[in-house]
Amino acid sequence: MWDYFKLIALALITLLAAIAANYARDPAYMVNALTVMLAAGGVFLWSVRRVGEPKAATPQNEYFDGVVRAGVIATSLWGVVGFLVGVIIAFQLAFPVLNWEWAQGFTNFGRLRPLHTSAVIFAFGGNALIATSFYVVQRTSAARLWGGNLGWFVFWGYQLFIVLAATGYVLGATQSKEYAEPEWYVDWWLTIVWLSYLAVFLGTIIKRREPHIYVANWFYLGFIITVAMLHVFNNLSIPVSIFGSKSVQVFSGVQDAMVQWWYGHNAVGFFLTAGFLGMMYYFVPKQAERPVYSYKLSIIHFWALIFLYIWAGPHHLHYTALPDWAATLGMVFSIMLWMPSWGGMINGLMTLSGAWDKLRTDPVIRMMVVSIGFYGMSTFEGPMMSIKAVNSLSHYTDWTIGHVHSGALGWNGMITFGALYYMTPKLWNRAGLYSLKLVSWHFWLATIGIVLYASAMWVSGIMEGLMWREVDSNGFLVNAFADTVVAKHPMLVVRGIGGLMFLTGGIIMCYNLWMTVRAQPEQASDNAFVPAE
Amino acid sequence: MSKKSMRHQEGDPNTTGHSWDGIEEFDNPMPRWWLWSFYACIAFAAVYSVLYPAWPLIHGATPGLLGASTRADVAVEIQEFADRNGPIRQKLVDAELAQIPNDPELSGYARNAGAAVFRTWCAQCHGSGAAGVQASGYPNLLDDDWLWGGSMEAIHTTISHGIRNTTDDDARQSEMPRFGVDDMLDKTQIADVVQYVRQISGQEHDAALATAGATVFADNCAACHGDDGKGNRDLGAPNLTDAIWLYGGDVADLTHTVTYSRAGVMPNWNTRLSEADIRAVTTYVHGLGGGE
Repeated sequence: MWDYFKLIALALITLLAAIAANYARDPAYMVNALTVMLAAGGVFLWSVRRVGEPKAATPQNEYFDGVVRAGVIATSLWGVVGFLVGVIIAFQLAFPVLNWEWAQGFTNFGRLRPLHTSAVIFAFGGNALIATSFYVVQRTSAARLWGGNLGWFVFWGYQLFIVLAATGYVLGATQSKEYAEPEWYVDWWLTIVWLSYLAVFLGTIIKRREPHIYVANWFYLGFIITVAMLHVFNNLSIPVSIFGSKSVQVFSGVQDAMVQWWYGHNAVGFFLTAGFLGMMYYFVPKQAERPVYSYKLSIIHFWALIFLYIWAGPHHLHYTALPDWAATLGMVFSIMLWMPSWGGMINGLMTLSGAWDKLRTDPVIRMMVVSIGFYGMSTFEGPMMSIKAVNSLSHYTDWTIGHVHSGALGWNGMITFGALYYMTPKLWNRAGLYSLKLVSWHFWLATIGIVLYASAMWVSGIMEGLMWREVDSNGFLVNAFADTVVAKHPMLVVRGIGGLMFLTGGIIMCYNLWMTVRAQPEQASDNAFVPAE
Repeated sequence: MSKKSMRHQEGDPNTTGHSWDGIEEFDNPMPRWWLWSFYACIAFAAVYSVLYPAWPLIHGATPGLLGASTRADVAVEIQEFADRNGPIRQKLVDAELAQIPNDPELSGYARNAGAAVFRTWCAQCHGSGAAGVQASGYPNLLDDDWLWGGSMEAIHTTISHGIRNTTDDDARQSEMPRFGVDDMLDKTQIADVVQYVRQISGQEHDAALATAGATVFADNCAACHGDDGKGNRDLGAPNLTDAIWLYGGDVADLTHTVTYSRAGVMPNWNTRLSEADIRAVTTYVHGLGGGE
């Protein structure tokens, strides 16, 4: 019965998408509608061919790891794509001729920049979060993922979201809101996928066979719920036509800006901080084989972080039309956020006390330690940059880009790499990684790449900020904007080289993970669960 | 099946007694330095939010004990510079244009102010060093080769009203015919006149073609560019006998120019800049080296 209902729904979606493509008012909408048509039609055909086939019984005492394996593959591939686009736009800034004339309107910087940010944050980071959260929640709850194939729906639905968003950017569909560029129908689709994700995760926690919820799951749950809320509010918009990609925001002016940065800041706070802390709280103690340093610290810093982060958004709008009072609150909440952020760093690093010797022998642990180090550094830098006086220098400069990337490449990237290296042998029942030496290569390429990137952007950002504000005794500007661009050129090149090293490391990782699955001997499965005593 | 549990060592503190997939947690207290730093940040936040505008109320927000306001600060700063520069700016507007460069006090101020105006509004086309973009139609302002004149008056008019724009009735106007496109000259004649132009500008040329081109020039070009090809500033017609080319002086570029014509546009700045700023940037451009 349910199967037939599903088939009817898929057929309807295919038909409606075809109609929508026919009436499309812009190319982005048409390509997106065709993509949906092909996706729904493909699933329809696949399902039709399997109607009446006996279903294999799902082993209820085993973890649902198929979707996690798919997530590991997706994370690795999207990661390389995102890094590659990042390297391309870095060199486009250093050498504008790379905004090829023949590809204007498709691959110029303005079109590729959101493609890069979305690919690394949502495609790479998002898949990493979904995959690791499914891996972690099952194991720390001693329960199979709730909802059966809903887990697969979340995975494939999320990939569809990524493809729709990415093709939309290149073809010019955008809401022009940073990190919330996808247009209205893509937002609607993501809302459905995300609520399903919440259901799967929460369902698994509810049916857990452990008496308590492990700290990693608090962070994952906080991330999923808050992102759902932020996504809905920041994307309140009215489509101009149901057959076009353009929509108009419900909020306007400074209210719109404030909602955007409430969203934008907490995309950092909940997506890139809370979610990834969930990752850290599982994989670091696992890899170090040591207990978490302090339960008390974890509970206090969790609640403090969740409570404080949500108010810090206005620091993105210092010295704008935003009223002074909102700016003050944004700043002081950011400063109060410093220690709650560092709580995660302390718990991560101190978990290694008693296992520091592993740093010599285990490049995966080394990756995790550097990751936590960059986390600590960027969560100190953030509150510092939120101070109005500092912000008046740093705002709009490359310093911000450096700050973001020391967090994104250092913290999010490295902890994800560590988790992928940890999970892959276990998910495919392999004895160990194909090559620790290649992990070391990845580690050093990535680390040196980040250092080059971040330091180039610090130098360039501070220089740029100082040049912009330089006035003579009569109050006249000393530098033309073009002067600052010329002065930045060497740093922009260094930044591109740093990014290239990071990308190379990512490709080495993909090769290593691939060979782990292909060439390592298989061993007995380890995915039946055991509740703790 | 048992999971490999955590390594325990001599002297480890107690754990909380739970275990998730083998992960345990120590019952360590929060580090004191962490806790006190957290308290200190909260105290700072509390004090700061009392001193500065912070807490939203029904109408407005708490103003803060220090009475701080970024808008008021900016207004004060703007007023301060306006007061300080007010008298000399008035003097700049009242002065005889041609006399500004001769007044050390006035010209010193005007060059500084003009340089800032130039970097903000003019550098996009003419380059931040005012060297223009050779061969792309953005004139170099550092030399003494002027299209519309290099006196204070002439530069002032050009900046105020612009060139060939549609937004100012007093904009400088002139239009070179499209000799090739509009069939005014055939291909041979164009090739001839190009060689003639290369001859009078002292470049390599075909003497036979140039001789034929001289007639073409006299019949079609001399009206604007002059019998001697030295140009006419009333019409913005460039001097063709020097080595400075706005759109390039090789055969291909010249052929393109004669065939399709050229018509650079400059905006009028009188609606965007104050008279004092226009006079300042006039003085700056005049002082770059080519002022007359």
